[in-house]
Amino acid sequence: MDLMTKKRILSVEDLKTYFFTRAGVIKAVDGVSFTVDEGESLGIAGESGCGKSITCLSLVRLVPQPAGRIVSGKILFEGQDILTKKEEEMRQWRGKVIAMILQDPLTSLNPCFTIGNQVSEPFKLEKGNDQRKNIKQQAIDVLRSVKIPIPERRMNDYPFQFSGGMRQRVLAAIAIARNPRLLIADEPTTSLDVTIQDQFLRLLKDMQKQTNMGLVMITHDMGIVAETCDRVAIMYAGRIVESGTVQRVFLNPAHPYTEALMEALPKMESKSKTLFQIKGEPPNLLQLPAGCSFWPRCHKVIDICRIEYPPLFPVTNGGEASCWLLQKNKDK
Amino acid sequence: MEPILKVQDVVKHFPIAVGGVLRRKFKTLKAVEGVSFSIDRGACFGLAGESGSGKTTISKLILLLEKITKGSILYEGKDISKFTDKDIKWYRTRVQTIFQDAASSLNPRMRIKKIVSEPLEVHLGKTLSKQEIEERAEEMIRLVGLPADKLANYPHELSGGQKQRVAIAKSIILHPSLVILDEPVSALDVSIRAQILNLLSEIQEKQELTYLIIAHDLAMLKHVTTKIGVMYMGNILELGETQKVFESPLHPYTKALFAAVPQPVPGRLKEIPALQGEIGNPMEPPSGCRFHPRCKFAVDKCRETRPILLEIRPDHRVACHKADGLSATM
Repeated sequence: MDLMTKKRILSVEDLKTYFFTRAGVIKAVDGVSFTVDEGESLGIAGESGCGKSITCLSLVRLVPQPAGRIVSGKILFEGQDILTKKEEEMRQWRGKVIAMILQDPLTSLNPCFTIGNQVSEPFKLEKGNDQRKNIKQQAIDVLRSVKIPIPERRMNDYPFQFSGGMRQRVLAAIAIARNPRLLIADEPTTSLDVTIQDQFLRLLKDMQKQTNMGLVMITHDMGIVAETCDRVAIMYAGRIVESGTVQRVFLNPAHPYTEALMEALPKMESKSKTLFQIKGEPPNLLQLPAGCSFWPRCHKVIDICRIEYPPLFPVTNGGEASCWLLQKNKDK
Repeated sequence: MEPILKVQDVVKHFPIAVGGVLRRKFKTLKAVEGVSFSIDRGACFGLAGESGSGKTTISKLILLLEKITKGSILYEGKDISKFTDKDIKWYRTRVQTIFQDAASSLNPRMRIKKIVSEPLEVHLGKTLSKQEIEERAEEMIRLVGLPADKLANYPHELSGGQKQRVAIAKSIILHPSLVILDEPVSALDVSIRAQILNLLSEIQEKQELTYLIIAHDLAMLKHVTTKIGVMYMGNILELGETQKVFESPLHPYTKALFAAVPQPVPGRLKEIPALQGEIGNPMEPPSGCRFHPRCKFAVDKCRETRPILLEIRPDHRVACHKADGLSATM
């Protein structure tokens, strides 16, 4: 695709979301920047507690209150800063321009209402759209677009009558009902079986192709990133440690953490018996080490890592990574 | 050599109440429909399958947590369903399990020391002194790679990976011969998974254990197991040496399952289209081969008769009417 015709829809600049607790300030997201273009999918990958979900909740301003607060940064959506919007305006935006699919399809659907009722809801919010018949037809159409068989008949069913894969497709239907410009999918397939996951990811890609929306895919599964995303940002302890095209990051990881993550994955093709293991455990966000947050686990640690947090350095084949080793390479 | 565990034509049906209080009727949920396999001493056997395939039910049958409807399970040649209470107590020292969610399988009110040493107190409390029990608990906690001072902690003070290590220590303190692991790493982060998998294979060697690993993560199973069975709706569809099954899967379901696993390899083209449909209803399973409604190779025979596991080549069996033809086209 021609790069020039792509429109930037989201750009996040130095976002900081902190949680103020009795035990101290938890810097869940600490200076994160990224962009998403029209029709592009960005994967945000990392282990639990690295801040990937909070980053996404910040995008729709749904950070758990009152402990959590977006402290600073800019979230520009098609040029407008989300953080300066009034709450009422933000409500109008959610679902219409930015939609979200959450992890667990059972808890995201209300068990007391029929599927038809819940899928119709976004259409009811549309101004001037008050004809019941019309709304029902739109709901049926959107359910058909996510491949629910015989949607006319399933409209009156309740969530418990749907299987896990179908519930997740219903959520996708609700999310795309109003043709959002950006879809955020937070671990959309962790509760699904592999064959159903495969179906759902294909559906997601198809939907994206048709509507040309931007997609932010949050996942801990590197396989999903490799197969569905164009670019990827790897997060560790609240910061992006490496970003770039999926091709570059997977084939030539620049940050030792990314490299170790790739090595630690049991692969279908691999032969060796012992897996490469990252020593230690993800750090406690209340007691981050001085310098780079990854150095106590890093197998390539040098002196400066213990003192100062590395800035983002450009990587040879595109993208950037925050590791002092890259500076050394540059100086050579 | 005699296999340590032999599962023969095991069937498990659960009665499910349907209808109102006064008009209660029972339907049967066919969780396991005639499964046979055997595990050799020192092997690492894997059971793969999607949710609802019956793999966890099998582990419960082996652990005597559920009664077998039909068939038999032999442990070292002895039928476990004929065990007396005394035999069962002995059996439970020989066969141990590590549950899926380590965090919730540890009692939050017990210190790690108590959790790890409890099996010893229950089974050998009369023969061992307190000090010996303590020494063994310490030895175990070191074996799983934790510092001995962690024994004084409570489970909530440990991280997910450390809790999983405690669960392992607790299961192997009696020196069992067979350990059943139900999704041992699925709740853990990627960087911790590799640590636990390496630890498990190290312990297997040191303690001469036999493992039965139940998981849906195929890449992980490929990495650790020596033999593998692929389950679908209560049946084993393919059974054989892990290497053979992964290198040239014969059953269309196994092939589809392997193709569906996302690979951390960018630009990998998906030659095989997605598997259509979903797993069937176990109360009204499809006729014939349970997989036929989702299978693109299905013929009339598949709808009528259920295929049995046949040895297509040494150490590789498959239950498919069309297996011969399919392997030829590969």
